[in-house]
Amino acid sequence: MHPAVSIILFTALSGLGFGLMVFLGIDPPAKGGWVMAVFAALALGLSTVGLLASTLHLGHPERAVKAFSQWRSSWLSREGVVAVATLVTFGLYATLIVLFGVTVPLLGWLSAVLALITVYCTAMIYTQLKTVPRWRQPLTPVLFLLFALTGGALLSGHVTLSLWLLAALGIAQVAAWVQGDKALAASGSTMESATGLGPLGKVRLLEPPHTGSNYLMREMIHKIGRKHSQKLRIIALVLMVGLPLLLGLTVEVKHLAAAVIVLSHVAGLFVARWLFFAEAEHVVGLYYGARG
Amino acid sequence: MTSLPQSTEKSLGLVIDLDTCVGCHACVVSCKEWNTGAYGAPLSDQDPYGADPSGTFLNRVHTFEVKQPEKPAQVVHFPKSCLHCTDAPCVTVCPTGASYKRVEDGIVLVNESDCIGCGLCAWACPYGAREMDQAEKVMKKCTLCVDRIYNDNIPEEDRVPSCVRTCPAGARHFGDLSDPESGVFKLVEERGGMDLMPEQGTKPVNKYLPPRPKTDTAPDLDVLGPLLAESTEGAGGFFGWLDRALDRI
Repeated sequence: MHPAVSIILFTALSGLGFGLMVFLGIDPPAKGGWVMAVFAALALGLSTVGLLASTLHLGHPERAVKAFSQWRSSWLSREGVVAVATLVTFGLYATLIVLFGVTVPLLGWLSAVLALITVYCTAMIYTQLKTVPRWRQPLTPVLFLLFALTGGALLSGHVTLSLWLLAALGIAQVAAWVQGDKALAASGSTMESATGLGPLGKVRLLEPPHTGSNYLMREMIHKIGRKHSQKLRIIALVLMVGLPLLLGLTVEVKHLAAAVIVLSHVAGLFVARWLFFAEAEHVVGLYYGARG
Repeated sequence: MTSLPQSTEKSLGLVIDLDTCVGCHACVVSCKEWNTGAYGAPLSDQDPYGADPSGTFLNRVHTFEVKQPEKPAQVVHFPKSCLHCTDAPCVTVCPTGASYKRVEDGIVLVNESDCIGCGLCAWACPYGAREMDQAEKVMKKCTLCVDRIYNDNIPEEDRVPSCVRTCPAGARHFGDLSDPESGVFKLVEERGGMDLMPEQGTKPVNKYLPPRPKTDTAPDLDVLGPLLAESTEGAGGFFGWLDRALDRI
């Protein structure tokens, strides 16, 4: 799949923002007031920037409000509805703490739960697609949720918990890659099933339908990510889990170390998310003689 | 509402005969011609006369080679457009309700004024039947020429999809695939019509008729033949006499 910058920004930043909301909702900073204001601004900023980035991907962003209508059937619509509900709930919760010094735990817990549901919906936009076998596995939502929780724990300074989450994230990510590598073959889709010509023999593309490229090929068939997949996986794993875990276990996590850990994790998150899209095979590629 | 209908009154669709298709691309051209001036936004081209031309098409013809070991290769021309699936995954992913499947005839359509151009329906389609128009930024797809098939202003014989009307080989058939009395239904029964990617669970309405397996083998070709002198060995009768007489001169 084509790794569009707008979608990578959307899923990565909004995941971090909603992850931070989970921790601020359950365990608001004891100092209250200004500290909460800074953290809440960060959480709202990340998720809002992420959601706005997603609208850059649209052909007609001026009609985006229509996307709230189909929550009964569409994961993308559900994601939009729950995201707005989360922002409103968390916004109210944070405002009450910052301006009035009133903490309403019920609102906090509600925004934490809504934030997790939002991330789950984001993941399901991709997990639901049968056409991209690599994404269609239970580990995809697990991974998105672990990314959000790990990022949230790191940003909110829950050091010990974040180390456990980092380890879990690393294991889930490797498992998702291993599982994903087998997914296209396991889906049963081949050039033979795509054309129905299997009973006649082995199928090969003789002539594509046109001499140039087209929307489908640009959108669904991306090869650079797959070519360098192994190298990028190692880079992603070292940045998002390896280095943060090493620093977290060996040095005292104060300001500088904390900053390095967060930056490294976020950089790794971007590499992993780029790869999530770039190495995913869409079955339509079979009609073009590509490996999905 | 982008939920799929429980059932449709008709299942209008195409039956494409891979045994007959000659790969002339006339259906591609006539589809583009009709649909660029009909339902919804025109089908734009980008850099059409330049170095890197591309454009929106609702129907494309691929050409495949099928081969079994020790058997001659067989060329199959393969037209592909929207299959108007019964369980259309493109419809249910749509966040705005722009994509829908009609209850009255099963045609899958896009209401372009509701389309936000997110592209998720194109991702959800295993067949590559939906293309985002790069000028209009809305999703385009085969409408089964909904503006022809019910059109009282055109002669009755033209009230079929443009691709079907234009096919010079008669490889494309249109009708109600849910009606056991229809020509297309019988054609599918007789010829073993098949689904594309049945494992995707989309239950396509459009069916493909498989090509007959190629049974004749080409005679062994003598690659050196053209390089050698002409042999007249075994020639008899008048031409044999002529051959010998001319040799003697």
